[in-house]
Amino acid sequence: MPATTVTAPADRGDSPARPAGGAPAPGRRRSGPLARIPVPLWLLLPAALVLIPLFGYPLYQLGLLSVLEFGQPQASGGVPTEFVGLSNYTDVLGDGQFWSVLGQTLAFAAFCVLTTLAVGATCAVLLTRVGRWPRLMLMFGALGAWAAPAMTGSTVWMFLLDTNTGLVNEVLGTQGHNWMYDKWSAFAMVAVVVVWHSFPFVMITLYAGIQAIPDSVLEAARLDGAGTVTVFRRIMLPMLRPLLVIVVIQSIIWDFKVFTQIYVMTGGGGIAGQNLVLNVYAYQKAFVAENYSLGAAIGVLMTLILLAVTAVYVRSLRRSGEEL
Amino acid sequence: MKKLARGAALAVLAGTVATACAPGTAKTATSEDKQTGTVKVWLYDEANRAPKEQVVAQAVADFKAKHAGVEVEVSYIPTDAGPRAEKMKGAFNDPSSAPDVVEFGNTDLFGYTASGGLADITSDLAGWEEGKDLPQDLKDTAVVDGKAYGLPWWLGVRALYYRTDVFAELGLQAPTTYEELKSAAEKVRAAHGDMLGIAVGGKYTFGALPFVWANGGDLATPSGAAYTSAIDSAQSQAGVKQYTDLFTDAICPAQQCVDLTGGKTVEAFAAGKAGMAILPNSSRSAVEAGAAKGKYAIVPLPGTAAGKIAPAFSGGNDLGVMKSTRHRSLAVDFMKELASEKNQLALFDAMGNLPTLSTARAEVVQKQPWLKPFTDTIAAGTKFVPKDAAWAKIDAQNVVPTMLQKVITGKSDVAGATKEAAAAMNSSFSGK
Repeated sequence: MPATTVTAPADRGDSPARPAGGAPAPGRRRSGPLARIPVPLWLLLPAALVLIPLFGYPLYQLGLLSVLEFGQPQASGGVPTEFVGLSNYTDVLGDGQFWSVLGQTLAFAAFCVLTTLAVGATCAVLLTRVGRWPRLMLMFGALGAWAAPAMTGSTVWMFLLDTNTGLVNEVLGTQGHNWMYDKWSAFAMVAVVVVWHSFPFVMITLYAGIQAIPDSVLEAARLDGAGTVTVFRRIMLPMLRPLLVIVVIQSIIWDFKVFTQIYVMTGGGGIAGQNLVLNVYAYQKAFVAENYSLGAAIGVLMTLILLAVTAVYVRSLRRSGEEL
Repeated sequence: MKKLARGAALAVLAGTVATACAPGTAKTATSEDKQTGTVKVWLYDEANRAPKEQVVAQAVADFKAKHAGVEVEVSYIPTDAGPRAEKMKGAFNDPSSAPDVVEFGNTDLFGYTASGGLADITSDLAGWEEGKDLPQDLKDTAVVDGKAYGLPWWLGVRALYYRTDVFAELGLQAPTTYEELKSAAEKVRAAHGDMLGIAVGGKYTFGALPFVWANGGDLATPSGAAYTSAIDSAQSQAGVKQYTDLFTDAICPAQQCVDLTGGKTVEAFAAGKAGMAILPNSSRSAVEAGAAKGKYAIVPLPGTAAGKIAPAFSGGNDLGVMKSTRHRSLAVDFMKELASEKNQLALFDAMGNLPTLSTARAEVVQKQPWLKPFTDTIAAGTKFVPKDAAWAKIDAQNVVPTMLQKVITGKSDVAGATKEAAAAMNSSFSGK
């Protein structure tokens, strides 16, 4: 998303409506300074009115906090707020824990994204192949998981996984086994819940996409001698590409920012902090340690990382010739 | 189109950046002192709230009889460290929804004072007739830089609860040394596989600290104006080792006990799932309400040698007045009402909370022989956390539980984990 396109005068867009000579048609020109603002910008105004207060202002506050010294004494008004430049950022980047947390956040998010896509896509294909009742059941179950608030879902799974009284241990006959004891076991359990919460979105979206592919196109391909694999690779996949892009970006953003499941299931970051991810780490720094500005700096870094990941992904798509 | 929108948004955003102001901070305290209106009170929502509510309701009625036209609104706030801190921070940041009188754990006082949330009540305490009965060492726990910010309301110290039926069945005596405690715990679990030998927890800071103190260690020692962590000293390490050595399959399996809090050990003991536990006097009512009722006794937690008592954490709750209050005199009066001898005695009858006023304490100790192990523990000398604003941060960041859990799970040895904890504490003490 190169910014250069933004500066292009937008009213060039309506040039086909103008006479070939280049002079604007008489009567279309208004007078006054407002007239110099290109029409598309006017059209963007309603969207901007919503987006700026809702997204711009909080982001600005986040950025501002991150260059201040702002803890609980400052928030209570007892101590003046001080500008400290980038020292919060150097503190974060100089902290070894930040890098290890970043590493495990990326690994955890990557695992969750891939698993969510695999499960979601499989279920979407399944939906198109099974009869009415199984389809209804699957839909119903998946929508239930989707509708469950993250807090509720995590808590219910914690009941199931409880060390002494959980159903999982009861069924497996492993009473006394603590699923959250080992770092990777704990991450795996949280991943199951994250995927459980997010695969229905992928499933429904892709199912809608598959249903929208006209039968005539598939029929034509088959008449031309294409097998199932070829139909999938050459017809269905390209037609689903725009939807896939959306679900992948959505999943990356969701799973990178995962908070509730980790916070609830591992009690704020696991035994001795072994299951921290960036969002929980930022929360711990900002609200538990009362260092709001340090937490804000981590928030800004997270935003930048997500923008970078998304940008790389979108660029690679453009290079392969796909339009968004 | 989308790109254009983003561009436009960025351009306008840049404009806002140039003109907007700094993040919101609470307005400084008002100097108003209204004599009518509503006094808002926040008290801890203890495990058994009903008896506490009765005592408080009586105190409110007495107070209203003395102050015409004054209402009292009591709310109960969560006692868990996280939610409780959230609630108090909210009150500091938004005076308009803050209470006038608050109850808080005596270790929280230093953080709250550093945040500028509590009012200086030195002169109010000095002029309080009944307060003359408050021992100086207790008053000192609520003093920062020579000013009092809290009124010690009740005390809680921990001692060793043990199951008399199980001990009798196995021919065991109440332990008098650490070695005896450990072997008794092993024997209990060997005979009763579904019981923990002793319920200890990786998140139970105040269960672990007596072991550190008994070995001559400490969390931190004052050096000049600031504190320096001592948790990595040889003595402290010996204590940490003793405590974490109890997390074995033969006593309290690491898998089950590594994330237990103090509250969970109360539950385990009350439910009859543990042979021993280190619990405060205020947990007795919870134990009485459980399966262990009538089948337990209490002794002081044994120290390093026979006849010695491991120093307990001198716990308890204070009452304080918020700096932002608009009813300062009324708030102080209500605080004194709650802390009166009459109400301290009522609170003891209801909850088992030890009174802070000397005469009241002497009276209940005489009436209730079960208190003896606790008063013996107090007499043997108690310890406290560093009296520094940094302690609130160290506590909230789970520095001590993290250290214990690293040792219990074998992620680190005692030396490594205590060094790491000391570094984390020192960085908090130095204001980072």
